[in-house]
This record gives sequence, structure tokens and C-alpha cells, in this order.
Amino acid sequence: MKHLSLLGLLWLVIRRDMLLAMRRRADVLTTLIFFVMVVSLFPLGVGPEAEMLRKMAGGVLWVAALLSSMLSLPRMFAADHLDGTLEQMMLVPQSLSVMVLGKIVAHWMLSGLPLVLIAPVLGVQFDMPLAAIWTLMLALLLGTPVLSMIGAVGAALTLGLRGGGVLVSLLVLPLTIPVLIFGAGAVEAVNSGLDAVSNLALLGAFLLFALVFTPFVAAQALRISME
Amino acid sequence: MAINWFKYSAPTNFYALAGKLIPWFAWPAAILFGIGFYIGFFVAPTDAVQSEAYRIIFIHVPASILSMFIYLIMAGYAALGLIFKTRLSAMMASALAPTGALFAFISLWTGALWGKPMWGAWWVWDARLTSELILLFLYLGFIALQASIEDPRRADRASALLAIVGSVNVPIIYYSVQWWNTLHQGSTIKFSGTSMHVAMQQSMFIMLAACWLYAIAIALARVRSIILEREANTHWVKELGEKA
Amino acid sequence: MSWSEFFAMNGYAFYVWGSYGVALLVFLIEIVAVRHRRKLVLRQLRWMNESGETE
Repeated sequence: MKHLSLLGLLWLVIRRDMLLAMRRRADVLTTLIFFVMVVSLFPLGVGPEAEMLRKMAGGVLWVAALLSSMLSLPRMFAADHLDGTLEQMMLVPQSLSVMVLGKIVAHWMLSGLPLVLIAPVLGVQFDMPLAAIWTLMLALLLGTPVLSMIGAVGAALTLGLRGGGVLVSLLVLPLTIPVLIFGAGAVEAVNSGLDAVSNLALLGAFLLFALVFTPFVAAQALRISME
Repeated sequence: MAINWFKYSAPTNFYALAGKLIPWFAWPAAILFGIGFYIGFFVAPTDAVQSEAYRIIFIHVPASILSMFIYLIMAGYAALGLIFKTRLSAMMASALAPTGALFAFISLWTGALWGKPMWGAWWVWDARLTSELILLFLYLGFIALQASIEDPRRADRASALLAIVGSVNVPIIYYSVQWWNTLHQGSTIKFSGTSMHVAMQQSMFIMLAACWLYAIAIALARVRSIILEREANTHWVKELGEKA
Repeated sequence: MSWSEFFAMNGYAFYVWGSYGVALLVFLIEIVAVRHRRKLVLRQLRWMNESGETE
């Protein structure tokens, strides 16, 4: 049996999750469509006045990103839980934290990264200036992984419970508020002609902090849920 | 005469102890509420800027402080339960949650009723009210998670993890909201002078103590029910049932 | 402060008593709820005991 390094394990898990997701492309697309739809609802709700929309854009896109991430969270562990793979993963001597990290990375690439890539299109819908759009993309790039990571803890805790998506959202959303504040704050800073560096730096700090702690915490949460 | 404190970590013994302790917290709480109220309303003078409306702080501030304090204690008990696998610690966390949530609610309600005459709006997105709202959400999440899980052990451990993650987040959330608020020019609460009148400080402190004693009393009462519910199949509870 | 001044709170009566009133209400509800929970548990235990003893 070939010895598997931690990095090899990580890559294995990422590849597997991505492959499985590719076979059910609809799941990935629905998250994206949800994101676009939610963003489009706001102008319908508050009116098409350009100045107001420009001001709102950062906040609206961020809230929509939060909601879209929440929607796709149960998918992280549910399928593997149902067919028994998760149990196998936990019995194996390899590090569960690393496997969880792999799942988080895969989740982000399927739910978070698409949002980053489609954000400019939506930014244009809101008539955002170019500098703001760039900042938004960078902020989302730093922030959406954090959403996936905090979400992983929530998804692990609520494994197999009824009320799935809503319960996870209830638990996870309050914890993601700092990301929302500084993510939207970055866009607003640029709109006011200020520098977004401090906001982005904080987002980066959140990312590092989450990267260090969440795989382990989520792994513990999985063990709690699976006993 | 060494007291073996560890014997009280057994639900059996704690049940009896809690029962005896409750009046020792409940009555002083009631008395302190009375004293605090009297000083706050009959000794403390009228504020030049806020007139009589400022007297709301004597319940608003203690409720806010307690809601945060209880969350931390709750998370502490939860952590103890996770690490040492003591059932009673988890039960205490469950007992504290509703009380903490209710204090958060009181804080928000009284905060709104204070805000309306002061700034003309029922809700102002100032740092403290907003953080308090998020704290309420954290409490509700804890309670909801516990309620959603059938197996008591899993429920205890899952909500414990959530409480710990939440308490790490609380300072981050608080400072984020503070920063967000200063950016958007939130309003701050000001009194006419630079310092508060002595009687105001006294009343606030006494009311804080009263709320704290009340919280302990009600949590002890609640944990007794929780103990009975969880340990229903044990011998001592069955005997208790016979006596009842 | 006279009693009428006490109740009027210089026009702010609604806010002050609305605050203290609701706080008191919350405390009372909490106390009632905890006592009710205890009553339910004891009743349940008594019922369990009785059905057990008939074995």
C-alpha cells in the first residue's frame, strides 16, 4: 500500500470531491444561479436609482455570497455521510483534519470561486466603478474561503439533522459577520476614495486564522456527530 | 475538615445542594433589586440632558453585561463538559442558555426604549445594540442546535463546540461591529456631565449584583429539572419520584 | 420626588415603565416557566414509578 503524504491525501480528497461534483453539475450551477438571482432581487426591491445601487452594491453582493455559501454547505458532508464513506474516512489512520481541509477546498472551488468570477458581471449591473469591482473580487477571494471554513464546522455539527440548510445558516451566519463587515467595508473604502488595504489585510488575517483552526475544529465536530 | 468538592460534580449530590442554595441567591436578589431601584429612582438626581429617561440604564446596562457574562460562563461550562466529560457541566451550560438569551432580549428591548426618546428612532445601529443582537443570535443558535439533536450526549457535545467557537468569535464580532459603527458615524450615549453622579453608579452596581444573583438562582432551579429529566432512569431519581 | 412625578417620569413614563415593566415580565415568565418544567418532570417521574410498580 503506497504511503500517502499529507499533501497527497489533501490532493486526493480534493480531486475526489471535485470529480463527484462534476457528475452532478446541477448542484454547482444552482448555487451560482441563486447568487445571481438574489443580487438581482435587490434593485427590484429598492428601486433602480443608480447612485443608491452603487452605494449598496458591495453590501448586497456580500450578503448574497453569504447566503449562497450557506445553501451549499450541507453538500460538504451529506453525500459521504449517507453512503458510509464518511465513517470510513474517520476510521482510516490518516489525519481527519487534512481530509476535512480537502473537502473545504473542494467546496470553495465549487461554491466560492464561481462567485468571485461572476462578481464583475454583477458589479456592472450595479454600475460599480472598476476599482471597486477589483477590490470586491479580491475581497471575495479572501473571504469566501473563510465562509466555507466556518461553514464546514456548522455542516459537521448539523450532520444528518432535520432542518438541515436553515439550521446551519442560523448557526453559521452570525459567525461570518466580521467577514461581511470588512469585505463590504473594503468596497466602501474604495468607493470613498480611501485605501482598502486595512480591510483586505484583516480579511487575510481571518483567512489564516481560519485555515489554522477550522479543519481541526470541524474534524472534532464530525467525531461528535458520528459517535 | 476538608470538603470533597468533587462529590458535587455528581448530579445526585448537586441536585440536593442546588436546592438548598437557591433561596440564598433568590432572596438577596430580590432585596438588592429593591434597594437598587430605590436608589436609582429616589436618590439619583434628574439628568440635565436626558431628564428622567436615563433611569432606564439601571436595568439596560446590567442586562447587557450579564448577557455577555453568562455566554462566557456557559461556554466555560461547555468546555469543561467536553474536556472532562462531566455530564453536570453540560447540564449547567444548557441551564444558563435561556437565561442569557432573555437578558440579551431585555437589553435590546430597554435599549430600544431608551433610544427612541434620545435619538428619535426605535433602533439605532450603534455598536452595542448591534453586538447585543448578534449575541442573541448566538444564544438562539445554541438553543436551536440542542433542541435539534435527539441524543443528549451528542447534543451536549455539539452545542458545547458551538459555544466555544462562538465565544472565540464574540470579541472579533464586537470589534468588527465597533469599527463598522465608527465608520458609519454611529451615535454615542452621552450624559450631561463628564462623570456620573455617585447614586447612579451605586444603583447600577447594585442592580448588576441583583441580576447576577437572580441568574444564579434561576439557573440552579433550571438545572435541577434538567438533572431529573436526564437521570430519570437512575435509582436515586426513582426514589425521589416515590417520595414526591 | 412625589408619587405623581414618579409615575409621570417627566413625560417619559412610557419608555421608563415600558422598560422596567417588560423586564419584570420577562423575569416572572422565566420563573413560572422553570417551575412549570419542574412540575412536568415530577409528574412524569411519578407516572413512571407507578407504571413500574405494577409489574
